[in-house]
Amino acid sequence: MTEMWLNMGPQHPMTHGLWNLRVKIDGETITEAEPVIGYLHRGWEKLAEHRMYPQIIPMADRLCYGASMSWSHLYCMAAEEMMGVEIPERAKYIRTIVLEAQRIGSHLMWLAALGTDLGSYTIFLYPMRERELFLDLMQNLCGARMTYNYPRIGGVRNDVPPNFERDFTKVLDHFEKRIPDYEALCDESTIFRMRTEDVGKLTAEQAKNLGVTGPNLRGSGVDYDIRRDDPYEAYADIDFNVCVQQGCDAYARYRVRMDEMYESVDIIRQAIKKMPDGPVRVRPPRTAPKGKTGFAHVEDPRGEGLMYIIGNGDDRPYRLKVRSPIFVTVSAAPYMLKGYKVADVPSIMGSVDMCLGETDR
Amino acid sequence: MEEQRSGLARGGLTAEEIAKRITERFPTGVSITSAKPYRIYSKVDSDSLLKLCHFIKDELDFEHVSCLGGVDWLAENKMQTVYHITSYANRVTMEMVVDLPRDKPEVDSITPLWGGANWHERETYDMFGIIFKGHPRLERILNPEGTEVFPFRKDYVTGRRV
Repeated sequence: MTEMWLNMGPQHPMTHGLWNLRVKIDGETITEAEPVIGYLHRGWEKLAEHRMYPQIIPMADRLCYGASMSWSHLYCMAAEEMMGVEIPERAKYIRTIVLEAQRIGSHLMWLAALGTDLGSYTIFLYPMRERELFLDLMQNLCGARMTYNYPRIGGVRNDVPPNFERDFTKVLDHFEKRIPDYEALCDESTIFRMRTEDVGKLTAEQAKNLGVTGPNLRGSGVDYDIRRDDPYEAYADIDFNVCVQQGCDAYARYRVRMDEMYESVDIIRQAIKKMPDGPVRVRPPRTAPKGKTGFAHVEDPRGEGLMYIIGNGDDRPYRLKVRSPIFVTVSAAPYMLKGYKVADVPSIMGSVDMCLGETDR
Repeated sequence: MEEQRSGLARGGLTAEEIAKRITERFPTGVSITSAKPYRIYSKVDSDSLLKLCHFIKDELDFEHVSCLGGVDWLAENKMQTVYHITSYANRVTMEMVVDLPRDKPEVDSITPLWGGANWHERETYDMFGIIFKGHPRLERILNPEGTEVFPFRKDYVTGRRV
């Protein structure tokens, strides 16, 4: 049969944002794929060169609205590394808690999106309902639902509100009982399993070589998590498991994220218990020396986020480079898609958790 | 727990040991600025880059390209490419800084070794005009086709901020 190129995007329900997946199909089978990105390019890195260090924090929130806390936190970590700022112990624990709450929120949003991709509206509604609980907790903490502007270079903006511990415990207890519901909806649904099992195979060797990170890497059976293997903030003092699945397919990537939600609940509980008293913020320098560099990398909900920052002798950075996890993961899409059917595209691309704000920057 | 966290449980090398092996193999061309747990910082000549990458990939288990970016030093009249390469087995991230002449910014591509560098190199070409020799498909990626400027260079005029 003759082959043809098919554009899935830029406006397509599968894309979760603005990007274009060009697939070459032979009948129903994909023989070649080419992701096209750049529709959302704002020149973020160049914009940052014209702003003072504290002004970049709310900008970093906008890199990904689904996981904004982890991006503004990553920027603060990189700036602290460059300026040589050591943050107070209590701030480290607060950051750990909010990062894990953000991870749960982001994974819930991903699960909801996967649900709509695969045609189950219930899988969309349930996680969205529980995500709201975490957004409420964040709103209590810093006043915003999604773009928090909460971490600061040298700590966090404010201490936790009264009843912080009680509210978190209540939500976590409730939430932990809800995860089996989602699992029942997905794992026991024949349609869900037929559409995710044995599609989008990515072997461990391929995943490592292609720079795939985060849950997608662990779904391919590679046991690596920056939280454990290059610990930052308070993760070194917390006991948790790294969730790995050997399946290498879309279903394995789904399982990793479900298991990670249990782990995140556990991490938050431990961190709340161990949180010491003390200040939450130190005063950082306003300027950084010219040519001084620093980089930090973290386990974003989507993979490895990295920022590399260079000082300019004044209050603005000379250069700020962002490594976005999905930018690299989507470049591996052709390897995941080749040989599968067009109807498998939503479940394969849904399982990698696309976010275009950070991809195009 | 502590032993597992320090990377010894997997039989990995520490950052200091890796730095020592690199210095032994490359007496010239590579200078290790500092090595501490989880981190190695180094400066590399553009001629030695590809040889060093082959060495750390094949013998020291660096299997992942974390990041790759460019820097334009207008006053110093040079460009830089900055590599962050991670070893999952040894739990070390290595920073490599390569200086390039600003009038002829060319460097060997590391995409044949690590596929993860592919789009990073395309982006660096797109934004800085740095040529990666041996890249399978060096085209614009974020800017539209037909753009004639390299917008992240420091001499690119962005206009006034309103």
